[in-house]
Amino acid sequence: MSTAEIIARCQALYDDLDFTSAREWKDADPKRKVIGYMPVYVPREIIHAAGMLPLGILGGGDQMEVIHGDAYYQSYICRIPRSTIELGLTKKLDFVDGMLFPSICDVIRNLSGMWQLMFPDTYVRYFDVPQTYQDHIGGEYYIEELRELIAGLEKLGGVIITDEALRESTAIYNENRRLINEVYDFRAEQPSKAPSVEVYLLMRAGMVLPVEEHNQVLSDYLAAAVLEERPVRDNCKIVINGAFCEQPPLNLIRSIEMAGCYIVDDDYMLINRWLLDDVPLEGDPVANLSAAFLHASADSAAKYCDRAEDVGQYLLSTVKKTGAEGVIFTAPSFCDPALLERPMLADRMDEHDVPYISFKYAENSGQMQPIREQAGTFADSIKLWS
Amino acid sequence: MNATAQTEVIKDSSMLLQKTMIAENYDALTSVQETGKKVSATFVPGNLNELVMCFDMLNNLPEINAINNGMRKKSGMMVMQAEKMGHSEDVCTYVKADIGSMSRGNLAPNGKPMPPPDLLLLSYTGCFTFMKWFELLRHEYGCETAMLHVPYEGDGVVTKNMRDYVVKQIKENLIPTLEKVSGVKFDIDRLRENLRNSARAEDDFVWVLESAKNKPSPIDAYFGGVYYIGPIFTAFRGTEKAVDYYKALRKEIEQRIAEGKGPITPEGDMQDERYRLVVEGPPNWTNFREFWKMFYEDGAVVVASTYTKVGGVYDLGFRHDPDNPIETLADYCLGCYTNRNLSQRVDMLEKYVNEYQADGLLINSIKSCNSFSAGQLLMMQEVEKRTGKPGAFIETDLVDPRYFSAANVKNRLESYFQMIEQKRHGARSAA
Repeated sequence: MSTAEIIARCQALYDDLDFTSAREWKDADPKRKVIGYMPVYVPREIIHAAGMLPLGILGGGDQMEVIHGDAYYQSYICRIPRSTIELGLTKKLDFVDGMLFPSICDVIRNLSGMWQLMFPDTYVRYFDVPQTYQDHIGGEYYIEELRELIAGLEKLGGVIITDEALRESTAIYNENRRLINEVYDFRAEQPSKAPSVEVYLLMRAGMVLPVEEHNQVLSDYLAAAVLEERPVRDNCKIVINGAFCEQPPLNLIRSIEMAGCYIVDDDYMLINRWLLDDVPLEGDPVANLSAAFLHASADSAAKYCDRAEDVGQYLLSTVKKTGAEGVIFTAPSFCDPALLERPMLADRMDEHDVPYISFKYAENSGQMQPIREQAGTFADSIKLWS
Repeated sequence: MNATAQTEVIKDSSMLLQKTMIAENYDALTSVQETGKKVSATFVPGNLNELVMCFDMLNNLPEINAINNGMRKKSGMMVMQAEKMGHSEDVCTYVKADIGSMSRGNLAPNGKPMPPPDLLLLSYTGCFTFMKWFELLRHEYGCETAMLHVPYEGDGVVTKNMRDYVVKQIKENLIPTLEKVSGVKFDIDRLRENLRNSARAEDDFVWVLESAKNKPSPIDAYFGGVYYIGPIFTAFRGTEKAVDYYKALRKEIEQRIAEGKGPITPEGDMQDERYRLVVEGPPNWTNFREFWKMFYEDGAVVVASTYTKVGGVYDLGFRHDPDNPIETLADYCLGCYTNRNLSQRVDMLEKYVNEYQADGLLINSIKSCNSFSAGQLLMMQEVEKRTGKPGAFIETDLVDPRYFSAANVKNRLESYFQMIEQKRHGARSAA
C-alpha cells in the first residue's frame, strides 16, 4: 500500500463522527463492549485484556456543529466538553458501553459527573492517577485504582480479566508504542517524508481501531514512507506543546507546516507515548503498569512535577533529541493545565535559548491566516537569527 | 449589638471580630523577621490548620490574600500585571492576583510585605489549578513544597483506598516535612487538642448556618456568610479564638432570632424578607458591596450557599475527630465541597432548596473558576427539575473587575425576582 492509500483510510476514520469502524467491530460479536476514554491517559491494556475496544474520544473537531453542547457550558470553557456532549446527545456514542474520564483538569473531571447524570446507563469512571510518586504510597493507591477499574470492566462485560490476558495485552501495547515511537523518530529524522498531517491521522486512527490493526497500519506506513520521494523544504524544525487534550483542527497542523515549520514532535495524543519504556511482562501486570506510570511516564501539564528542577526538562530533552530549533506553545483557549504551565516551560526554554512562540486555538478554529503569519515569522526568525 | 464604623458601613460585632482576627494573622505573618516564626502557605479547601499549628508555624492562605486585594480594589492591577508577565487571560484570577501582588511588593492589608513561605503545603483538594499555582510559586520562591494529593470523589463515595492514600501522605510525607521545616517535633496530642477545638467551633458554626431555616432568616448565608467562614476556613480553626468567635456569633444570631430580625447588611438590618435564595458559586469580591446591595435592596436573602462549604462541609454531620486525628484530616479534605462530584453537589443544592424553604437557586458562575463553573448549567437544570423551583444564572469573576458588569447582573436579578413573584402569584391563583 502507498502512504496515500494508508492516509486516505486514516482520514476516513478521522472524518467519521459516527465511529462506523468501532460500531462494526462491536456488531461482529454481541458480547463485545466498547469503552470510550478522554485524554490524557488511561491504561488501555486493561480495556483490551477485557476483550473490549478502547475508543479515544477527542471531541467533535471542526466538522461538528455544536448546538446542544453549548447549552451546557458557559462561553469561558473550552470546546472539547461541548462537542463531547454533542456526540453523546446526538447518539453518536450510543454504542459505547463505558466512558473513562482521566484526571486532566476540572472541566473533564466535572464532565464525568455530567455524564453520570445525563447517561445513567453507561458505566462511567473518573480515572484518578496519583500525584505522589512513591511506590508504597502513590503506587499502592494506583494499584488499587487499577483493580477497581478491572472489577468495573469485569462486571460490565461479565468477564474475568486474568493476569495472563493482561500480560498479553501489555505486550501488544508495548509493540504499539514501539511502532509509534518509530514513526515519531522517523519524522524527526526525515520530516519531509512524514508530513505532520499524515502522522496525526495515523495517530488518530489508533484511537478508533483495534490495536492489532493499528500496529499493522503503522508498520505499513513506515515501510511505504521510507520509499516515497518527497521534496525537501527549507523548513525549520519545531516542537508543538500544549495540545494534549482538545485537538487542533487539521488545517492548523497543515498551516504550521505550510508556514515553514516541520513539526518534529508534538503532544497531540499523549496516551500513545505516555509510557516511555516497555512495560515488563513478568510478574504482577497491574503492579507493572503502576510502576511504569510512576517512574517512566511522559511529562504533561496535567501531572505534578515533584521537583522544581525537573519542570520543563521533558520538553527540553524532546527539543534536543529531535534537533528542534524552537517550540510552538499551542494551547486551546481556556485550557487551565496548558496555560498555567506555559510560563514555567517558557522560562526553561529561555534559560536554554530555545526560541518559542505561543498562540491559542479551538478545535473548530477556522481562521488560519494569523497562524500562518505567526508561524511563518517564527520560522523566518529562526533561520535568520538562530 | 451593632457597631457603626467610620465608613458608615454597618457591621455586627462578629464581623468586626473576625476582621480583627484576620488582621492579627496578617500582623503575625508580616512580623516573622522579628519573631522567627516559620510560614506555611496552603489552600482553603484542604486547609490542615490544626496540623500546621502543631509545628508553631503560621498559616498563609494565598486565596485569602487575593480576596483581600479584591475587596480593597487592588486586584485588578495585579491581574493585569500578571498577564503582562505572560500569564494567560483565561486562567484563575486568584492565581494572577497572587503573582501580580508578588511583583508589586506582596503587601499585606497592613501595608507591610508578606513573608516568603518556608513551605508550600500543596493541598491538592478539589481544584486542579492549585497544583499549578503552587508549582508557579515554587518557581518564584524556590522553597520546600509538599504535595498532598486528595483524590476526587468521582463516584460520590470515599473509598478506603482514597482515605488510606491521604493518611499515608500525611504521615509519611507531610509530617516529616513539617518537622524538617519547622524544627519542631510532631506531638499528636497537640493535634488532638486542636481538633477538639475545631469540633466545638464547628458545632456552633453549623448552628449559625442552620439558623437560616428560620423565617425571617437572621443571617445572609452568602454575603454575611463569607464573614462567618473567615475564622474556620483560615488560620483559626483549631484555636480557642475560633471557639470563642463562634460562641459569640451564635449568641448574636440567637438574639436576632429572639428579636425577629433579618440579617445585617451594610445599611443596617434587612427589614422585609421577600425572597429566599440558595446560591451556588463564589461571590465576586471586587464589587462585593455593590453585588450584595442588589439582593438586600429587593428583600432577597441568601439562606444557604455552597461557597460557605468550600473550606469544609460541616452541615452534613462531619466533625473533626480527635480520637482519629490523622484519619479525620483525610476525611475533612476528601469532603470539601469542590472535591465532591456533581451528583453530590446537586443533592446538596436540592436539600438546601427544600430544607431552607428557598424560592429558588441562583448560580453565580465564575469566569475563571472551572472547578465550580464547569457543569453548573446542568446542575441548575437538575435542581429545577427536582425541586420545581426556578433557577437563575449570572456570570461574574472572583477578583478581576473587568468581568463584573453591574447592569447585566442587576438586570438578571430583577428579572429573576419578578419571575419568582409571578410563580407565587400563579400558585396562589391556582389554589
